[in-house]
Amino acid sequence: MNDVKHRPNRLGIWGWVGGGRWGMERYLYALHRVTGLGILSYFLLHIIVTSSRAFSPQAWDRAMGMVTGPLFKLGEYLVFVAFAFHAVNGIRLALVELGFAVGEPIEPVYPYRTSVDVQRPLALGALALALVLVALGTVSMWIID
Amino acid sequence: MSEMTKVTYRIRRFDPTKDASPHFETYTIPYTPGLTVLDGLWRVKELLAPDLSWRSSCRMGVCGSCGMLVNGMARLACNTQISELGTDQLVLAPLPNFDIIRDLVPDLMPMIAAHQDLHPYLVREDVAERESPTGEFFQSPHELEQYLQFSYCIKCACCMAACPTVASDPVYAGPMPLGQAHRYNSDTRDGGFALRREVLADERGPWRCHFAGECSRVCPKGVDPAKAIQLLKRQLVLDIFHLRQQKCPAELAPKPKDINRRDGIPEAPKPSV
Amino acid sequence: MMRDQKLWTWHIIAGAVILVFLGLHMLTMHMEGVIKIGSLNPASARSEARGGEEIHPTSWPNVRARGVRTLYMASYILLLGAALFHGLYGLNNIIREANPAKWVQKAVTVVLLLVGVGLFVFGTWAAIAARAVARAAVPGL
Repeated sequence: MNDVKHRPNRLGIWGWVGGGRWGMERYLYALHRVTGLGILSYFLLHIIVTSSRAFSPQAWDRAMGMVTGPLFKLGEYLVFVAFAFHAVNGIRLALVELGFAVGEPIEPVYPYRTSVDVQRPLALGALALALVLVALGTVSMWIID
Repeated sequence: MSEMTKVTYRIRRFDPTKDASPHFETYTIPYTPGLTVLDGLWRVKELLAPDLSWRSSCRMGVCGSCGMLVNGMARLACNTQISELGTDQLVLAPLPNFDIIRDLVPDLMPMIAAHQDLHPYLVREDVAERESPTGEFFQSPHELEQYLQFSYCIKCACCMAACPTVASDPVYAGPMPLGQAHRYNSDTRDGGFALRREVLADERGPWRCHFAGECSRVCPKGVDPAKAIQLLKRQLVLDIFHLRQQKCPAELAPKPKDINRRDGIPEAPKPSV
Repeated sequence: MMRDQKLWTWHIIAGAVILVFLGLHMLTMHMEGVIKIGSLNPASARSEARGGEEIHPTSWPNVRARGVRTLYMASYILLLGAALFHGLYGLNNIIREANPAKWVQKAVTVVLLLVGVGLFVFGTWAAIAARAVARAAVPGL
């Protein structure tokens, strides 16, 4: 067996978006990554733009003048939505990954109730909360202006 | 599915001595109610493809040999009724994230090596007792419950195939080795936490698990490796703050003294192992 | 070299810090249409109390009113550090999990470390300098 060449069969990065039958938590994991990258890219530019207030009020007003317009407003709204999801899902992940919402070790009896099933209400609650925050933000940013 | 009379197997085949790359072959066999995927494979081999290769042994879901991708999900072939798949078109492939040796046979050695690195056995200071046991260790039913679920693992590698991190990252140990590391860490008879922490604290550890939960969803024995990994992370984080409860390795239960064998009961034969 | 066990713990702690402070930041900047908290937008609160015009959270009077206070300056610096660490460590993890060559992984780690430290130093300077600018500027409102 050792001298027969084995064929590599890793899914690679496609495994992040496929590989088994998807559960909700798999979607949430992918979305958490995407929103995190989105927020990070905005944040790095945000530091540079908002540092203009360290120079003078005029520099600040100039910088703010550069980032007005419907495209920027939409971008900021998307960052807000991304943050609402990332933060609420992050709370769920912090709770789960520190062992709080996964349940106790049990004697497994078929059909199995896994840690994924135990934290499912938490995941649904987190999504609901994220939707509420997005709704509040949408009202505040687009309707009330 | 009561009218199903035939079932079609579309199998991803690969012979390293002949093929340049894997390809699909289709086989159709008669279906009888109660046929499992493994039963069907034997039929295919018997009637249509004598050179088809896969691993199987117990055909009752306890040995962990027949893990493969069945209609997109990692399952045990012997444990999967064709009727529960809801279709008569089956697509079989070897477990992803492992090199293919041939046809449906994956190379599980990387998983075994990662498992070995995490010392999957009771580590104790009293080596003499471990090698030549003289008695039992104290362990309450509650202490047993802390690791019993994770001890049901049959090393079928379905969890490794389903994990998105194992898909791209060969360094990450994976759900099975990490789940078993937690099985031994939470066993009160074991004193090897510091030894396993050497591996667990760095990039091979549970830090690249982000709770997609696929491992627990596909596990055929209800081991719930996702739960084991999160509990393992908790223990390691508590350990940073020196808050982890160090249960001393369980003590030897002393043999009762002044016990005499009743008349007429013979001695047990000497152990041969 | 800090190992993942420690770094991941800091990642979670930084996430909690960001939750609080970025949450307040979002309340300040984007949600003051529905949830008004006076101390977050002092110039807006004062203007509203006087029946004057609406002042946008990002306009200079509000920025000045916040920037002048040491508490805000400290909060911004804390948020900057936590967010840079959380974001860049997360990005480092994503890249490492994609399994590029070892030298690429090391190079990315070094670059992200330099970017993070550089932006933190720059941002801290900006927060401190902004307080001086705010103190020197005419209150306006």
